Amino acid sequence: MNEDIRLMKGNEAIAHAAVRYGIDGYFGYPITPQSEVLETLEALMPWETTGMVVLQAESEISSINMVYGGAATGKAVMTSSSSPGVSLMQEGISYLAASELPALIINVMRGGPGLGTIHPSQSDYFQATKGGGHGDYRLIVLAPSSVQEMADFVGLGMDLSFKYRTPAMILADGVIGQMMEKVVLPEQRPRRSQDEIRRQCPWALTGKTPNRQRNVVTSLELDSALMEKNNERFQRTYKEIEANEVRFQAYDTDDADYIIVAFGSMARICQKAVEEARNAGVKIGILRPITLWPFPYKAIEDVAKHAKGILVAELNAGQMIEDVRLAVHDSIPVEHFGRMGGIVPNPAEVLNAFTDKFGVKFNFTND
Amino acid sequence: MELDQIINPANKVYSRPALLNDNTMHYCPGCSHGVVHKIIAECIEELGLQENAIGVAPVGCAVFAYNYIDIDWAEAAHGRAPALATAIRRLNPEKLVFTYQGDGDLAAIGTAETIHAANRGENITIVFINNAIYGMTGGQMAPTTLEGQKTATTPYGRRPDLNGYPLAISPLLAQLDGTCFVTRQAVHTAAAVRKAKAAIKKAFKNSIDGKGTSVVEIVATCSSGWKMTPDNANKWMEKFMFEKYPLGDIKDSAK
Repeated sequence: MNEDIRLMKGNEAIAHAAVRYGIDGYFGYPITPQSEVLETLEALMPWETTGMVVLQAESEISSINMVYGGAATGKAVMTSSSSPGVSLMQEGISYLAASELPALIINVMRGGPGLGTIHPSQSDYFQATKGGGHGDYRLIVLAPSSVQEMADFVGLGMDLSFKYRTPAMILADGVIGQMMEKVVLPEQRPRRSQDEIRRQCPWALTGKTPNRQRNVVTSLELDSALMEKNNERFQRTYKEIEANEVRFQAYDTDDADYIIVAFGSMARICQKAVEEARNAGVKIGILRPITLWPFPYKAIEDVAKHAKGILVAELNAGQMIEDVRLAVHDSIPVEHFGRMGGIVPNPAEVLNAFTDKFGVKFNFTND
Repeated sequence: MELDQIINPANKVYSRPALLNDNTMHYCPGCSHGVVHKIIAECIEELGLQENAIGVAPVGCAVFAYNYIDIDWAEAAHGRAPALATAIRRLNPEKLVFTYQGDGDLAAIGTAETIHAANRGENITIVFINNAIYGMTGGQMAPTTLEGQKTATTPYGRRPDLNGYPLAISPLLAQLDGTCFVTRQAVHTAAAVRKAKAAIKKAFKNSIDGKGTSVVEIVATCSSGWKMTPDNANKWMEKFMFEKYPLGDIKDSAK
């Protein structure tokens, strides 16, 4: 066994995975609950090993624009922040999408609105999956529910981002960022050479050579007819992503009478709830979207065919539930269970919601 | 003497830089941008850096700088050019990386990015066009607008009690340990153009040699925004702008 197994926080796993994936640059600004990403990277000193650039910027606005600059040169670049900081980045994210630049943005969500709380939340679902900044664009949004996925999604997010030339986001939350679990780190990959970048990214700012036109990375097009064409190209990319990149995980859905749809840390809590429910004679399953965009509409529609009801459990006031309702077209009842403001519920609260919303009775034994 | 003896490469004393391409410039008559673009193109060419130069264009009139100088360009969000340039240069240390920014871009919305890039001593050149007005959006007050100067948003003249004072940002940047060369130039006469070109070339060399941040401010005219003829704009600039923004080197520690 050569597996490199470590015990660490989700935020630390992101930093280690970034170095090992061969990321070229990380630009970030401290904000709780994700400051360990920058701290860990500074401690790892990857500029001494892989040559990765790590820089603490003066603001999240600056970090996302550093990401834009780096991405424009074809480099694999990323940033991380938490909700208020990600709000500040929205202009830059819109520019990244409009300029068709690959980049990875990590949001370790905390409770809002406003300065809110430093405790976990999932209340940026709308912002992440419906656009966030101005204009018609989408982000590929990956929702990790374990420290292992925090590490794995760095590579996956960056790969998808380069494949489709559109920014990707890891939408985690304070629980996943702060909790410690064992994680298998990926093997060290080399950073891409300048020749590889020139080959793979002919659009990148690598310096104009006599054999090509100058490359210009811009989101500006004042000719409306051409700007509409640009938008049509973006939308074609999004359709292709929707067709090919939907990811989800189903737990115990085959025989389930009720389905929970939950992502991230909430899906972990619901796993325990399902275990307890099945011990109490109620068959509940979980469908966990891994890509929040593209959303697994079809998978949810399919599990709904054999279920009596769906509970959408989220750390917010009800955001993903809108997509679940779109998926099932009112064929079965869809109810919401949510906690807000940084409160993380226990599994019993999830089961209570089944009793409140669907009248489900659990026969708990006191063993 | 025959014509073909006259039209002879040996007799050529001036030509347009090859890097300045054939696109018709959108700048107004009398605008300083065209001249600054030309001398930037000349400097890149003379330093042999075409294949290693990356420009960062601003939001404002020079947003289309990338249409005119035949190198790779990124177009930044308003004010963010120094942040882009920071990452471009750090990730590509062999490149000449420069930003080209107006007063609104650099000294209003992008003040934080400008100061922090300069304070980190990023090995970039910042070319700063100070014409004391927002040209692209139609002549509104800029941070560098002079006291009493009429603009679309100070129709009765800039009043410090209402609008604050004109911001001289280059001396402020010169105080930062990260800057190695801060100079203020103009391009209203042939002599001024020669000096401005020498300053830009020096700044580019500093950037390539990794000596820190170089800032070349060009005090410039905006005859459309100022509502003056090009000739009068030059005269107004000499009389009023040079008083608040005197020309010359403010800092040169990269000798």
